Amino acid sequence: MKAVVCIKQTPSTTAVFAVDNGVARWDDPGGKPVVLNPWDEYAVEEAIRLKENHGAAEAVAISMGDDSSAEQLKTCLAMGCGEAILVADAAFAGSDSLGTARVLAAAIRKIDDAQIAVFGKQAIDGDTGQTPVQVAVKLGWTPLTFVSAIKEVTGSTITVERLIDEGKETVTAPLPVVISVVKEINEPRYPSFMGIRKANRATIPVWAAADLGVNGGVGAAASQADWSHIYPLPERNTVVQLIEADTPEEQARVLVNKLFEEKVI
Amino acid sequence: MSGVWVFIEHQDGQLKAISKEVLGAGRAVSDGLGAPLTALVFGQNVVGVAASAFAHGADAVLGCDDASLARFRVEAVGPLLAGLARARAPQALLLGGSTNGRDLAAWTAAELDAGLVSDGIALAVAGDRVKVTRPVYAGKLLSTVYVKSSPQIITLRSRAFPAAAAGGKTGAAEWVAPARSEADIPTKIVGLEAKKAGVSLTDANIIVSGGRGVGGPEGFAPVRELAEVLGGALGASRAAVDAGWIPYDHQVGQTGKTVSPNLYIACGISGAIQHQAGMRTAKMIVAINKDADAPIFKLAQYGIVGDLFKILPALSAEFRQRLGK
Ligand SMILES: Cc1cc2nc3c(=O)[nH]c(=O)nc-3n(C[C@H](O)[C@H](O)[C@H](O)COP(=O)(O)OP(=O)(O)OC[C@H]3O[C@@H](n4cnc5c(N)ncnc54)[C@H](O)[C@@H]3O)c2cc1C
Ligand SMILES: Nc1ncnc2c1ncn2[C@@H]1O[C@H](COP(=O)(O)O)[C@@H](O)[C@H]1O
Repeated sequence: MKAVVCIKQTPSTTAVFAVDNGVARWDDPGGKPVVLNPWDEYAVEEAIRLKENHGAAEAVAISMGDDSSAEQLKTCLAMGCGEAILVADAAFAGSDSLGTARVLAAAIRKIDDAQIAVFGKQAIDGDTGQTPVQVAVKLGWTPLTFVSAIKEVTGSTITVERLIDEGKETVTAPLPVVISVVKEINEPRYPSFMGIRKANRATIPVWAAADLGVNGGVGAAASQADWSHIYPLPERNTVVQLIEADTPEEQARVLVNKLFEEKVI
Repeated sequence: MSGVWVFIEHQDGQLKAISKEVLGAGRAVSDGLGAPLTALVFGQNVVGVAASAFAHGADAVLGCDDASLARFRVEAVGPLLAGLARARAPQALLLGGSTNGRDLAAWTAAELDAGLVSDGIALAVAGDRVKVTRPVYAGKLLSTVYVKSSPQIITLRSRAFPAAAAGGKTGAAEWVAPARSEADIPTKIVGLEAKKAGVSLTDANIIVSGGRGVGGPEGFAPVRELAEVLGGALGASRAAVDAGWIPYDHQVGQTGKTVSPNLYIACGISGAIQHQAGMRTAKMIVAINKDADAPIFKLAQYGIVGDLFKILPALSAEFRQRLGK
């Protein structure tokens, strides 16, 4: 049994955005403009733990993106994944989440004996969290989302704890499964020095549409959502009104009056 | 065409708050498209829920009452919903952006090969399309998106839409059989630990949050006290969570919860961009910080520059008096 982890390159959390001609651009003057999606760090860690603690033969990282996503795949290798595959083709550009799901499902199918595919909760660019369940449907595997702990993996089943709006649910399902993980599941490790050296020497194989037998249903033309209208936030045209007075009690009185006047209480 | 469908979530026979909001938004979309509004009520012993969906504005209810649906499982509800949609071709399907709603929307879109837009904060009907305003890039930009095919599947952010009010409307639900028998549903729920009582962050009208400025776990006492006086929820910055002063459940921000309360009171929080990502859509923001240059004051309508340990007890006392508590 192998564990696969799907990761995405995203803008850094401190990236500063601008829009020109309807296209979002960003830079991060203080840091790296692109990073491994922060939620995916937990997925990578959990895939490695499936290998270390639950008998998975390997943890394989895959990412659909352009050539530059090899950098984030190297981070996965440095953390402890044994293999990494870049899924890239000009035909994939502009895919919606369903197109992405079709491609990722085809890539997962191509990995011998993959039984558990691990995903992050959501990617911080689109912030949709749609992909894991869509991949599961395309594979015909069982989706288990918002997983906060893997309790047990046997030869044929998995038991997990899920954090849902109602509380903490424990469920058992037969393998194969797609899981998406939440932050509570683990503390991602830092890449080791040896890991970084190994990752730097690795060449990352690239799978294109033809390798995956993906033919249609992907790319901008197949996207069923029109994303052409992106724009900056309207200015929050408020100038803060600072409440000044001689004592905290007086400040409190003035503020409470304002909040009652504004009818937010 | 069978109009606009809304997926209803319920607990103990009551509509959840998010579903009243989805019914309210669904009513407006239905009126805009000139099409009927159908509520989907799935579960066990849900006749009362169906009546409540009518009362909150649904023109029709399509229901399934079965033991296999007693607790939400996407592999039970997904094929049921997808099958109904395939047969009856709704123009739009609206769901709450809850954990269950997100899963079900993704399942249905994948099974029907339909387009999906999640996390809408505003809707407008243009011709036969529903234009969805949603934040992208952690709320740093906005987009207006629509689905080009049918059905248009859309999830809505909690608290972004006014809830439908209950009126006197009644009707007869149509009941259908489940799509899968228990034997065909792979997941088995073996335990549920219900959430501890208390106001949940995403449902809260008022949130009082503390950051590194509270100085330690005990420092949350005055923050918690104000939240309690106001009947609100307790939030926190990641700095306070990472320090171990308060559980991660309370974290607001890009890697925490996204909230849209009427009132957000930030205490000892600097207002880092990642924190803003989670609370920028609050209707009113009040900041209490001893540093007049803290970025949080750029977002806030009202602010007090001062020590939270002096200001918060005074605020709690004043509110207690005004609210007669
Ligand atoms: C990948 C990533 C994801 C992140 N996700 C999140 C997230 O989801 N949510 C989040 O909040 N952060 C997040 N962060 C962290 C974020 O960058 C900030 O570090 C964090 O929000 C700072 O928390 P803070 O405002 O409490 O602390 P600080 O920035 O240290 O601010 C403390 C404030 O308290 C004030 N203060 C101190 N003492 C008092 C007093 N007695 N009275 C009044 N004011 C006082 C100070 O003036 C200061 O402004 C993330 C960071 C990264 C890299
Ligand atoms: N292009 C991609 N390549 C690999 N994994 C992806 C890609 N897009 C999304 N994912 C995975 O799906 C999760 C949810 O993404 P999203 O649905 O885009 O919010 C991410 O946390 C990743 O684990």
